[in-house]
Amino acid sequence: MSIRFSFGGDEHIFAEVSEEMSLEAFFTSLSMTNAVKQAGIRGVTEICPANASFQVKYDPDQIKPNDLLRELQSMEGAASKSDATLKTRIMEIPVYYQDPWTHETLMRFRERHQDPKATDLEYAAAVNGLGSVEDFVQAHSSQPWFVSMVGFVAGLPFLYQMVERKRQLQVPKYLRPRTDTPKLTIGHGGCFSCIYSVRGAGGYQMFGVTPMPIYDPNQQVSYLQDEMCLFRPGDIVKWKPINRDQYDADIEAVNANTFLPTIREASFSLTDFNKDINGINAKLMEVLHGR
Amino acid sequence: MAVKIISPGLSTTVQDLGRPGYYHLGIPISGGMDRFALRAANMLVGNDEGAAVLEAVFMGPEIEFTQAATVAVTGGELPPKVNGDARATWEAFPVKAGDKLSFGFLKSGARAYIAISGGVDVPMKLGSRSTYTLGALGGHEGRALKAGDTLPLGQGGTGKGAIPANLRRGPGNPAELRMLPGLYWHRITAEAGKQFFADTWKVAPEADRIGYRFKGGKPLDFVPRTPPFGAGSDPSNIVDACYPYGSVQVPSGTEPIVLHRDAVSGGGYMMLGTIISADMDLIGQLQPHSPARFVEVTLDQALAARHDRQAAIARVRDHLQR
Repeated sequence: MSIRFSFGGDEHIFAEVSEEMSLEAFFTSLSMTNAVKQAGIRGVTEICPANASFQVKYDPDQIKPNDLLRELQSMEGAASKSDATLKTRIMEIPVYYQDPWTHETLMRFRERHQDPKATDLEYAAAVNGLGSVEDFVQAHSSQPWFVSMVGFVAGLPFLYQMVERKRQLQVPKYLRPRTDTPKLTIGHGGCFSCIYSVRGAGGYQMFGVTPMPIYDPNQQVSYLQDEMCLFRPGDIVKWKPINRDQYDADIEAVNANTFLPTIREASFSLTDFNKDINGINAKLMEVLHGR
Repeated sequence: MAVKIISPGLSTTVQDLGRPGYYHLGIPISGGMDRFALRAANMLVGNDEGAAVLEAVFMGPEIEFTQAATVAVTGGELPPKVNGDARATWEAFPVKAGDKLSFGFLKSGARAYIAISGGVDVPMKLGSRSTYTLGALGGHEGRALKAGDTLPLGQGGTGKGAIPANLRRGPGNPAELRMLPGLYWHRITAEAGKQFFADTWKVAPEADRIGYRFKGGKPLDFVPRTPPFGAGSDPSNIVDACYPYGSVQVPSGTEPIVLHRDAVSGGGYMMLGTIISADMDLIGQLQPHSPARFVEVTLDQALAARHDRQAAIARVRDHLQR
């Protein structure tokens, strides 16, 4: 993989590790951004890893754009050879699939959808060759997902499914983006799922909602008092389907600020994962459930 | 030590020079869209150049002062009035306790910057007082102002003077927005690239602090490709990536969107290049339906323009210190 660098105006260097998504590309992007952070280059103000690319913002009054570009290029060899291992976290996110709120919203925007007669989940099941919405929910929630980017809006995670490529769920985005998406909607576009951290515009298909806050600008939520945003690139997520009763119980706990998400320390090696995807995922589930 | 909001205008927010350092979490820099005007307003009232001010878009608020202060209004031509009497823009003027500041109709530009001596002293959030409304962060309760809000002020200095027209900065007509091509420029045909710079575009009604949409140019032709895994099937789709501030994305090749201070930090649309830092202020002063052209520049030209803008700020500083 050779990184393609491009100047984003006079204040950014944009770097595409790979045109297509893969965990290899993500890990190269992560080791590059970690290396840039550790190098402590004068004038660098923002370092943003993304799925298969990254971006560095800098002050050209402090470092010449071409000097920074050369520094980044000099790090490329080490980054692509670095050991793709992570000390990370695995967390369980409850999801109420087929909830009434995303349903109400998707019905308002049917004319922007590929299949106005179906719901987003029905459409997603059909384009992935799955017989029913239940089969799709099973495929979506049975294996873990990897947070390969945080962004778009505050604290929104992009999630990449940890299965062989041929099993990965792919769904096109809406034909034209919606102007509204309920807060904490579980969305999906291309090969990525996401959690909409705030209410707003969006183009991903809508599958359900989580009761669990993931962004709190007021830092009141018990587990968001140190950091406003829950997710970091490299986190691993397991969806847990819940019904309306469980959703209501979780919301009650959230409102009382007694809701505690299940989050465990975990380690991840890309080499081990590629050798035995099912085995590694099973081990991650053991870690999550404390066995 | 406060001001009361009697009516908020269309959308008035507290802004300073922004909140760098959190873009990797999707929290944008925010801050005044026209930072030249924001700095100038603060200089006029004797504040630090980066103090928090009110940014009013299209329509002014009505404000009551509970203490004497110095005020200056810069940016778009939004004529201020004190108790109904006209005051000049780009000029410091005093107000007394009980005075009411209101505004006439916007004559040009899009955003006015209202600086008050002492600065608007809302709590700092992640190192800034700027409002990021989409994330309900910063400013006054994370939102645009409402009638009845009370904003605290800091300890004021003294300011005086005026900034003559020849020292101000604003967009031309049509606005010429200088752009460094790059990023995913290679995705469109050479012919489409020429057409993009040749066309005159118009600001669309969807123009806000997140981004400015433009319409009226010819749709872009893409270079054919097999969609990369994970990107999506539209020729304008990419695997979701970071968006530079000022980057010009063109969903489906039809209407370019220039991301601004409250930018979404990433997404799945190809970008043609980036508006240079020197011209970001100008975009903040464009009204819907106003004409604009994109002008191709090199990196060296972008850096020269950056220095020209810094020199323009320095000239205002020197003028007021004389």
